[in-house]
Amino acid sequence: MTRQNQSLLIKGGQLIDPAAKINAPMDVLLRDGRVAEVAPANKIRGSADEKFDARGLIVAPGFIDLHVHLREPGQGYKETVATGTAAAAAGGFTSVCTMPNTAPVVDTPEWVTWLRGAERGAMVNVFPVAAATRGSKGGTLTDFSALQRAGAVAVTDDGKPILDDDIMRMALRLGAELNFPVVQHAEDTRLTENCSMHSGPTSFRLGLRAMPASAEAAIVDRDVMLAQQIRESRLHVAHLSTSDALKAVRRGKRAKARVTCEITPHHFTLIDENVGEYDTNFKMNPPLRSATDREAILVALADGTVDAIATDHAPHALHEKQVEFERAAFGITGLETALALAITQLHREHKIPLARIVELFTAGPARVFDLRGRGSLARGSFADVTIFDPRKRWTFQAAESRSLSRNTPFDGWQLTGKVVATIVGGKFVFRVD
Amino acid sequence: MNKPARGSLLGIEHLEAKDILGLLKLARRMNPLKARPLLRGKRVVLLFYEASTRTRSSFEFAAKSLGAMTTLVQSSGSSIEKGESVLDTGYTLRAVGADCIVMRHPSAGAPLLMAQHLDIPVINAGDGMHEHPSQALLDAFTILKHKKSFKGLQATIIGDILHSRVARSACHLLTRFGVKITLCGPPEFVPDVAATLAPGLRVTRHIEDALRGTDVIMLLRVQKERLAGQKIRLQDYISRYQMTTARLKLAKRDAIVMHPGPIIRGLELTAEVADGPQSVIVDEVHNGVPTRMAILARALGKAR
Repeated sequence: MTRQNQSLLIKGGQLIDPAAKINAPMDVLLRDGRVAEVAPANKIRGSADEKFDARGLIVAPGFIDLHVHLREPGQGYKETVATGTAAAAAGGFTSVCTMPNTAPVVDTPEWVTWLRGAERGAMVNVFPVAAATRGSKGGTLTDFSALQRAGAVAVTDDGKPILDDDIMRMALRLGAELNFPVVQHAEDTRLTENCSMHSGPTSFRLGLRAMPASAEAAIVDRDVMLAQQIRESRLHVAHLSTSDALKAVRRGKRAKARVTCEITPHHFTLIDENVGEYDTNFKMNPPLRSATDREAILVALADGTVDAIATDHAPHALHEKQVEFERAAFGITGLETALALAITQLHREHKIPLARIVELFTAGPARVFDLRGRGSLARGSFADVTIFDPRKRWTFQAAESRSLSRNTPFDGWQLTGKVVATIVGGKFVFRVD
Repeated sequence: MNKPARGSLLGIEHLEAKDILGLLKLARRMNPLKARPLLRGKRVVLLFYEASTRTRSSFEFAAKSLGAMTTLVQSSGSSIEKGESVLDTGYTLRAVGADCIVMRHPSAGAPLLMAQHLDIPVINAGDGMHEHPSQALLDAFTILKHKKSFKGLQATIIGDILHSRVARSACHLLTRFGVKITLCGPPEFVPDVAATLAPGLRVTRHIEDALRGTDVIMLLRVQKERLAGQKIRLQDYISRYQMTTARLKLAKRDAIVMHPGPIIRGLELTAEVADGPQSVIVDEVHNGVPTRMAILARALGKAR
């Protein structure tokens, strides 16, 4: 699918580049892997090796996903860098940030380098997030500086929280020195042992041990407080899911602490009731929350509290999901449905402007992890572009997913908004014919 | 995944009132002492991942009274010990020739999972904290032996409702027929959210309030480990929630006392109450057999 070309002219589309404050009909010329020129329709002179007709389509900076599980090293039966990034390309993502909770845990510079190696067959940019503590066991910090030099963009113990106060404080301090974000999986696991969904009427009805919303808010409260105390520290709250945790993030932002957060498409689309009768494709961590939490999330997405939409793409094999609900693996896939859910739920249902949605996929996440030259199509930026049709209606079929796994709650969903082409470094990595 | 086979009984929540009444009517026609070979040649597997006395033995007697063959598969001493999944165990039992699986499992929803992947009826004999439909049916059967009908009845359930599948099934069943139910216990056992389970439920912390004017008292077993886990002192629990002869006087004069068993005398109830004239605890166990005969007869397609 990759076509070799030096220059590509994207003509006739509506350019939405929130970082550059552009929302207008513009043509974009890509050359040698960079953005060469952005100009009003038909103003770009000279020839290009290839032209792309973007009439009726939105042209946006390449989408960035701050939170994906590509399962390598060690869990290639769930997903590989190659299959996961193919799904990313189909979903319009030109850059993905991979979580380190693999087997083994990505806690050394060598594994970071390995993940970025050409042999992995990545179709889009892969930015590893490395473990914050050795083996993500929460005991001893990893070598942040070496991990950063190897190309890690942040640290986290995702899948688990950094629970210990002192370790979190040290991580934020070291991160502050290196300008390195610490990503928190906010879950007080002392309150969630053996729990498999959110605590509320549905968990009571199903007889499932359940996680209280406070298990998330308690950690976010503490972390925001630490981030306020430690100058220049950078705290990023992963997959935030509760109203109370959002309040803590707002508090931090008002106090000018460098606190950011991401929201997943499933948390702005679904609630705990959707678990239905033990459907394990609705089991993830953090769990689907109450309707009230979802309302708060929708407000925060609109008002700017939220920095990014991130998928928490978490592929699992069928045999890990087709078991008792309590035993089933946490997580769902999400790369191929993210944009369509955002357009369907946020734009069409809740009237959030398309430009804000594009910001949540581009400028927002680029800022969170300081991905320079990405998240915007300003001249000189990397030639990563996502082109989509915001009105196209389609049905998502899990069976046709490019991911190796099929664990999605959105199989058969009618959605609006579809990726038409994904361009990484000036080359098509996905294109609808 | 498929729809559970006809005749499956996975819970009370999604049963229609006419289904429940049909089962109760059928149960009244079942007599364990006068065997009817309705299930001759059928193979019923009792698949028990958890300990059980009453439920297992009564399902076994029920199946045999109807002429079925039974086999017991337990987690210890089977391939389950070797790590076989629920579904693989199900496929194996189906291949062996099972016509019906009666299943108890510590994990909520496990019988539904099984039913969604097999083409034979699955009967839930208790799944985690979720449901215990055959218990609710035999309790309803017992209530109707002592009360004319469900109409206008008030019931009280006392104890560890949070962890109780018996309570959940009873709430679904009785409220379906308009019975008003009061749930009583400390917040650790009866969280406020419990009232959302079905219409017509209310929660109170005071046993006196819960008992006044009630027709049916259902007690639940209290596990000492659970009390300790919730940091509730045993003596406190006993003094606030134990069913005593004095407290029983608060209820209607003809109120009945029920308990799914096993009972712990001196904890959730006194021996005098357990053995007293208003106790129907032994009767419940007795009614388990005809009720489960009805469930099996419905499951295997005869005498619907």
